[in-house]
Amino acid sequence: MGGSFTVNHLIYLLQGMMWTVVLSALAFALGGVAGFGVMLMRTARTRLLRQISFVYVQLIQGTPLLIVLFVVYFGLGVVGIELPPLLAAGVSLMVYSSAFLGEIWRGCVEAVPRTQWEASECLALTRWQTLVDVILPQAARIATPPTVGFLVQVMKSTSLASVVGFVELTRAAQVVNNSLFTPFLVFGIAGVLYFALCYPLSRWSRSLERKLNVGRRQAA
Amino acid sequence: MSAVVKLHDIHKSFGSVEVLKGVSFEIAKGEVVAIIGRSGSGKSTALRCINRLETIQSGTLEVCGHRIDNEAVDLRALRQDVGMVFQSYNLFPHLTVEENITLAPRRVKKLANRDARALALESLQRVGLAEKIDAYPEQLSGGQQQRVAIARSLAMQPKVMLFDEVTSALDPQLTGEVLRVMETLARGGMTMVVVTHEMAFARRVANRVIFMHQGKVWETGPGDMLADPKTPELRDFISNGL
Repeated sequence: MGGSFTVNHLIYLLQGMMWTVVLSALAFALGGVAGFGVMLMRTARTRLLRQISFVYVQLIQGTPLLIVLFVVYFGLGVVGIELPPLLAAGVSLMVYSSAFLGEIWRGCVEAVPRTQWEASECLALTRWQTLVDVILPQAARIATPPTVGFLVQVMKSTSLASVVGFVELTRAAQVVNNSLFTPFLVFGIAGVLYFALCYPLSRWSRSLERKLNVGRRQAA
Repeated sequence: MSAVVKLHDIHKSFGSVEVLKGVSFEIAKGEVVAIIGRSGSGKSTALRCINRLETIQSGTLEVCGHRIDNEAVDLRALRQDVGMVFQSYNLFPHLTVEENITLAPRRVKKLANRDARALALESLQRVGLAEKIDAYPEQLSGGQQQRVAIARSLAMQPKVMLFDEVTSALDPQLTGEVLRVMETLARGGMTMVVVTHEMAFARRVANRVIFMHQGKVWETGPGDMLADPKTPELRDFISNGL
């Protein structure tokens, strides 16, 4: 054991970083689809759908992601459904993201004035046509900055997947540190790599927000 | 002439507040009816009941052969027969004028895309705004936006058009252009129900004026009745109710 930090260690960390990106993308794609479903249910006309989705959102938002991950990975394992770590982490993050994205998007849909629904209704458009052609294009403008902002949260949350043995950036750093025992250096580098992933997204989110506000001012 | 809009003993409440207390009137084909009254008199609510943006508690309501008091009424068929223009225009801000006008004809009436521009142009010519076909709503003045909203409604070829205080959000110098468009429509034979504060318009253009007060039809008659009100409430409204 021991030795110094070499290029090979760095390559190992970069590979872990790649898996962090893969897992983030997977979580975001799956979570986005599920979150869209949650948003539809939260804004549905049927009360039961609204109630079911409300309970779901409250439940997930009130539970640590780590617990969701344990339930999916170890819990399902006990009943004989053994998911590989990547899939377990992907499913957990999907559940987590769907609850948050669903709520973010519900807010954006509701931020579009009710009169837009009314005008569409008076033109004999169906509810679905109204949603697709009138409401969502306007909601998407409002939704982009917070959605990109949330992507940063997802990216950082993937580090939790290390506890089920999925070798993403955090797990890779643990592995390297176990052999070198230079935690300050190794985790410091891991931190810098996370920052390199997240900071551009944060900047992007902020610039989108600014653009949106400018657009609003012109429209007024 | 047969009535295209028939309200009989309509009652409507918001919570415990009854805003329509037995409203009855009929509107014949080609007729232009102005509904006037103070804010809170129920005039806008009555109008919104006609295309079922509001549901009623009791009474019978028939529009273009659709029984609106019936729960099972085909709302989409009703809305194809009844156009509506709002005080706040409610154009779709992310769509061009052409797209605003042709969205519903394309989606609802399955108008082919290649015919859409011609329809938009034709509708815009009726409101005198053909040159704005490619503009976005935010690039137009309030009066122009409202005329586009009228064109959007016209493109669905409604049998009746409802106007809900369509000039109330406009500067005085912009109301004229909208009222002129409405007057042209009226002369063209469109059946119109117009909730308005424009007394001169009601008097000049409407075949009939309905004065609503405290959730009831208080007085009704031809435009001239504004010069010679029968009830003290209408007299009071005309002299200082605006």
